[in-house]
Amino acid sequence: MDERLDTFPRLMLEHASLRPNAPATREKYLGIWQTWTWGQVAEEVRALACGLAAQGFRRGMHLAIIGDNRPRLYWSMIAAQSLGGIAVPMYQDAPAAEFDYVLNDAEIVFAIVEDQEQVDKILEAAPKVPSLKHIYYDDPRGLRNYDGVTSVDRLREIGREYGLAHPDFYNDEVAKGRPGDVSIVLYTSGTTGKPKGVCQTHAAFIVSALGGCEFDKLDSHDSILSYLPMAWVGDHLFSYAQWLAGGFTINCPESGDTVMTDLREIGPTYYFAPPRVFENLLTQVMIRMEDASAIKRGLFRYFTGVARRCGAAMLDGKPVALGDRLLYALGNVLIYAPLRNVLGMSRIRVAYTAGAAIGPDLFRFYRSIGINLKQLYGSTETCAYVCLQPDRGVKFDTVGEPAPGVEIKIADGGEVLVRGPMLLKEYYKRPDATAESIDDEGFFHTGDAGLIDDSGQLKIIDRAKDVGRMSGGAMFAPNYIENKLKFFPHIKEAVAFGNGRDTVCAFVNIDMGSVGNWAERRGIAYAGYTDLAAKAEVYELIGECVEQVNAELAREGPLASSQVHRFIILHKELDPDDDELTRTRKVRRNFIAEKYGILIEALYSDRNVQHIETLVKFEDGRSGMVAADLRIAEANVFAAGAAREAA
Amino acid sequence: MSLPRAPRGKPHEVWARRMSAARSAGEVVLELDNISLSFGGVKALTAISLDVREHEIRAIIGPNGAGKSSMLNVINGVYHPQQGTITFRGEVRRDMDTHKAAVQGIARTFQNIALFKGMSVLDNIMTGRNLKMHATFIEQAVYFGRARREELENRRKVEEVIDFLEIQHIRKTPVGKLPYGLQKRVELARALAAEPTLLLLDEPMAGMNVEEKQDMCRFVLDVNEQYGTTIVLIEHDMGVVMDISDRVVVLDYGKKIGDGTPEEVRTNKAVIDAYLGVAH
Repeated sequence: MDERLDTFPRLMLEHASLRPNAPATREKYLGIWQTWTWGQVAEEVRALACGLAAQGFRRGMHLAIIGDNRPRLYWSMIAAQSLGGIAVPMYQDAPAAEFDYVLNDAEIVFAIVEDQEQVDKILEAAPKVPSLKHIYYDDPRGLRNYDGVTSVDRLREIGREYGLAHPDFYNDEVAKGRPGDVSIVLYTSGTTGKPKGVCQTHAAFIVSALGGCEFDKLDSHDSILSYLPMAWVGDHLFSYAQWLAGGFTINCPESGDTVMTDLREIGPTYYFAPPRVFENLLTQVMIRMEDASAIKRGLFRYFTGVARRCGAAMLDGKPVALGDRLLYALGNVLIYAPLRNVLGMSRIRVAYTAGAAIGPDLFRFYRSIGINLKQLYGSTETCAYVCLQPDRGVKFDTVGEPAPGVEIKIADGGEVLVRGPMLLKEYYKRPDATAESIDDEGFFHTGDAGLIDDSGQLKIIDRAKDVGRMSGGAMFAPNYIENKLKFFPHIKEAVAFGNGRDTVCAFVNIDMGSVGNWAERRGIAYAGYTDLAAKAEVYELIGECVEQVNAELAREGPLASSQVHRFIILHKELDPDDDELTRTRKVRRNFIAEKYGILIEALYSDRNVQHIETLVKFEDGRSGMVAADLRIAEANVFAAGAAREAA
Repeated sequence: MSLPRAPRGKPHEVWARRMSAARSAGEVVLELDNISLSFGGVKALTAISLDVREHEIRAIIGPNGAGKSSMLNVINGVYHPQQGTITFRGEVRRDMDTHKAAVQGIARTFQNIALFKGMSVLDNIMTGRNLKMHATFIEQAVYFGRARREELENRRKVEEVIDFLEIQHIRKTPVGKLPYGLQKRVELARALAAEPTLLLLDEPMAGMNVEEKQDMCRFVLDVNEQYGTTIVLIEHDMGVVMDISDRVVVLDYGKKIGDGTPEEVRTNKAVIDAYLGVAH
């Protein structure tokens, strides 16, 4: 690592002096993409940093940052780090009740938030957070009559004056920074227990970011859309660490609802999304294709078939028969290129997915239409940087080879252990947890079960604690089954049970958009999610999906006994507000098993209907009861290996 | 959304200037004196007097057929009362004229949505800028000089409103494809695009669910606070009216039966009788 470039503020200053007029940040505002150059960004950061210092922000303090992806929130991270402070981004969609834990744990004195919504939430949490003194807001709308909060504009003005009075202050502060300083505390969403603050240093994230940039040859000509939660390690790596390391352009969408349009307008060259986003995109495409004319539908079906056969091999540079090559070229003109354009992915050189396992079929689909989608593997504790899939070496069932500088070892129980410069410094104020997860040799215990295949690539099977055995002794990997189910556009979420049982059963959430559209086209009337989920026709539709999954599982040797025997379509969507999903939308298996224990019991009985009442929280914070009689459906299962004909 | 969106336009500063002017005074801007309106033998309004003060939110409530919408129609000149006088910004008149009302800064929304269904949200809101367009037909056809300047200025204003009401995601969507709640919001956007000083809202929350109502309430309050716009509002949802209005006037069968702060109206005997019925 270059000595001058070993902290984020120094990286920013380097870009500002090397290419002051190159675009650093864009944001769509009033329908127009506004651009800030590296020179302007450096000025803004300087003003923010001086403002914070003038208000009493000192070395080692934490700055809470809450809001959607806004340029000035990213800049405040650099500002805090310039002063030797530590940024603490928090999930912007969390309710106020979840704020106070993190605010207290991180001993927050200063907070910069996006708008009135976040100000309201933080003020609601404030009485329980005695340390909190300064709150700044970015968007002044609706905040005119609020007392005790200051606008970021005012903070900048204060900073400008302070900067004029102390001209050397900012550069001196940046010079004091050390690569081993903690730069950020990311709170893990925690599938179990209270969130833990993961302390990462400048060095760890810069090594990871530089490694990634080198691996995929990212430089200042690239452009990305920053739309993932700022509190997520993935966004911090791609939109912050790699942004400053690679010097490319980040683009902030107009609002959460306009991401698709903004994606098309920007046409990023580098893209990152959790599998859920790719799933939703494909679902939307499928819905729209269902409504398309017969000719278009036919073309789409035929050429996606061609792509499935040879598209991925073409992308990998493997030999493909001339006939297929020609067909693929024709398909590219007629279907793939227009489809990539609709998805906003025309210019993509590299796309990554991470955060959860991606269904192989889903993954294959994107690669087959010519999008260089790859998987990476990592966690908050490893700066989201452990394994990367190399170009031309992409396999559907692995997460790639160890990234530069990373060591991987598989423990006896199958758990993946990693070591390298990207590891966390510690869990904030949790020496017990730190000691527990990092062993004497310096290996971090990821909690994932995996194995290394013949070519040296890592294959993740499931969370180590989720992998179980069925009563017959066969392996039970719930995520694997759920991902297969979720590949169907009609299924939004699934939870499989089977540990210690003789059969596998599952909960299913239907996808309201997809199934709703399907129902409309068939003239099936419904009043809402609960009503639609209970329709006999919908049960039939989902039953067919489950059956296809069973047919696939039957062909997969050891997993043949994981076929889903009985399932229930839940009467409500699983929701992070009800604690059923984490903020990054992973299912909280144990919580769900407890909450819906009565349904699981029914699945493993011979009952066909089960009554349930569930407490739900509405968006305005009130809660209420939802009651329903849920039907339990049987699904056809296949004998191991004998499913080929049936499918 | 954030300030200063350097390097181009800084609309919030424009708002800030207007905001400092807002909420300062409370003098009467509109005064209706002894207004009577009838259609043939039907007396829609009988000898009604009411005033609206600068920057306030003034609610008109009453049972169905009480004459609420007629009242709004008198204010912006759709109906011409047979009796009474209207004083708007110091000018005393027998009746208002729709065009003049619009020029003087009165804009409104309708009980039944009156948008152009086939046009995009953006184009619909753009129609609200009609009075601000002065370029001639020829100038507009060649898109040169004044026409170009005006188009840029109007579009920017429209985009501010789109940002304000958080409807960026439907900017290019035809209005007819939108759900009801959003159409209502687009209608409010069109009214705001005219930069009114007096905004007449005819049941802005009718037919909405709780969440949509909350959003709409917030927007109405924000408009009032940010732009300093005076708002006259008809609404059936008593919770909403009592929450957001400064003063409430109650009509029943074309007559005024109550007028005052929400608290005063709530305890007014005539109002309670009109709403809950009275034992004879």
